[in-house]
Amino acid sequence: MSSATMSAKQAERARKKAERQLEKRREAAKNDLPRSMQPSLLVKIITIVVLCAALIYFLFPIYWAIIASTKTPSQMTGSNGLWFAVGLDQLPDAIATNYSKLLGWTRGQFWRWVFNSLVYSGVSAFVGTIVAVMAGYATAKFNFRGKNVAIGIIMGCMLMPAALLTIPQYSIFHSLHLTNTMLSIIIPCCVSPFGFFLGRVYAQTSVPDELLEAARIDGAGEARIFFTIVLRLLAPAMVTIFLFLFVATWNNFLLPLMMVSSDSLKPVTLGLYGMVSLATFNDRGALMMGALLGVLPVIVLFLGLQRYWQAGLAAGAVKG
Amino acid sequence: MTATTSTVAAGKAKRRAAKPKASLAAKRENRTGWAFMAPFGLLFAFVFILPIIWAVYNSFFRQVTEGGGAYGGGELVNKFVGLENFQYVITSGQFWTGVGHVLIYTVIQVPIMIIAALALAMVVDSFVVKHITGFRLGYFLPYAIPGVVASIIWVYLYNGQISPIVKGLAALGINVDFFADNVVLASMANITTWTFTGYNMLIFLAALQAIPHDLYEAARIDGANGWQIAMKIKLPNVRSAALLAMLLSIVGTIQLFNEPQVMQISDPGISKAYTPMMMAMNTSQGTITPSGDGPASAIAIVMALIAGVLAMAYALIERKVNEQ
Repeated sequence: MSSATMSAKQAERARKKAERQLEKRREAAKNDLPRSMQPSLLVKIITIVVLCAALIYFLFPIYWAIIASTKTPSQMTGSNGLWFAVGLDQLPDAIATNYSKLLGWTRGQFWRWVFNSLVYSGVSAFVGTIVAVMAGYATAKFNFRGKNVAIGIIMGCMLMPAALLTIPQYSIFHSLHLTNTMLSIIIPCCVSPFGFFLGRVYAQTSVPDELLEAARIDGAGEARIFFTIVLRLLAPAMVTIFLFLFVATWNNFLLPLMMVSSDSLKPVTLGLYGMVSLATFNDRGALMMGALLGVLPVIVLFLGLQRYWQAGLAAGAVKG
Repeated sequence: MTATTSTVAAGKAKRRAAKPKASLAAKRENRTGWAFMAPFGLLFAFVFILPIIWAVYNSFFRQVTEGGGAYGGGELVNKFVGLENFQYVITSGQFWTGVGHVLIYTVIQVPIMIIAALALAMVVDSFVVKHITGFRLGYFLPYAIPGVVASIIWVYLYNGQISPIVKGLAALGINVDFFADNVVLASMANITTWTFTGYNMLIFLAALQAIPHDLYEAARIDGANGWQIAMKIKLPNVRSAALLAMLLSIVGTIQLFNEPQVMQISDPGISKAYTPMMMAMNTSQGTITPSGDGPASAIAIVMALIAGVLAMAYALIERKVNEQ
């Protein structure tokens, strides 16, 4: 009896080992193409040149902005645009000068604007993700009256030029005396048909019906099932939706431009725009410093969570 | 025969017996479904549905001052004007100039961007180069830069006094003015392309990576080379992704606003109605007359209709072309 279980265990172990090896070989085969598929040297060189040219195009403006952020207005026009105007040892001073000028131009509001952007993006992405996942789960797992109509309307609005809605939104918020408040940016940014769509796709594919049934038989209420089981299963999807909403809010310009007028409520994009549009403004180096510091949080999110981007886009691309 | 009838009858009886219970369960499901739907539904109604109704309603009114002297002082009154706002939009020269800008954008910038994104995705997915993570990330990075900031950076790169690009081209004997009347739209299109090509590339890459690798092996056994695999297997398999990317880009273009709004600062040649979105914004803020919610709503509605027609036309043409 015991020897039988032993041998079964061994067989199981051997099988797993073989599987692992096969997996490894498959992995290797993916990178190592057969000779008939090996590209010729010429193809390889052309490909690398194309890829690098594209990379230069996409990264050059960012590189230039970094260089420019250390320059004074006269160095901006006078010095070589591709490199720092001062020696590397004087660079910290140049950065400090431009940083203090940036705070001067923004009347000390710069970090307040970054903070505002974080609040707008963070809160609306958080609320937006929860409600989108709830609605996606509802339409994926329940039959309710009017469901198909609701799905149709929301999906239709995915192709709606949403910026056009900003104009009536402004006048609605205005008549509710809500313009020039934080809510006037957060509420419109909470709602994303694309977030709903992603939530629905993920709920369809990664929440098994059997699990819900089992939980119901065990006597769990619907709310408890959702908050303890479903949310955990949907966690990766929620990161994706959160990212999309966060960046969409951070990058939105028209909405804050219309809704917010006082300096202390501006997000960083609007603040920088206000700075460039000043008639007396000439300190482009300081502005570039602000631009770089202002996009830093988004870049960090990008690099840190990049696999979630692709997951979200894959759902859109394959299902859409 | 009798056996079948009896089972059918039994089944019917069973169903009838189960009906009250089932409908109770259905009722509960209905309630639960709506409970989960409600938060999103309410927000959606407030942010999407109500504004649409509001815009349609308002588009029949115009805000006029009544009872004041020549210097105002009167009260703003909503006056019903019927279809006058729409008539104003449709006969407005500056509206159609704006639509023209957007259409040129749609016809030239969107295809260039989509084709570039598709080509980059194909190259990145082609196994010719092994370490692609850096490239992928670099291409996608501009998407993290807000449109306003991207526009500010590019406006400086177009500026002859400070831009190494303009200076470099001048040193080669090529003098370009990126703000010249017939160039400025292309300069703008470049900013959009720069921002969104990597994003679209990721959409295509995701679709390409979803293709089962068996297909490539089968094609290889049949003697297909890399180019043939790309054209005959990869391209047809990213069709739905391409449709989605095109539609979203067309819709995005309709709302073109950030780039012209920022470029306007250094180029006064860009008017307040350069794109319909700018015109709607400035109308609503009162810097274009007739101003107010009524005319602004009418602009937004006409533009939304044009967007719908464009998107539908594209989807239809795409289907027709692929049927052949």
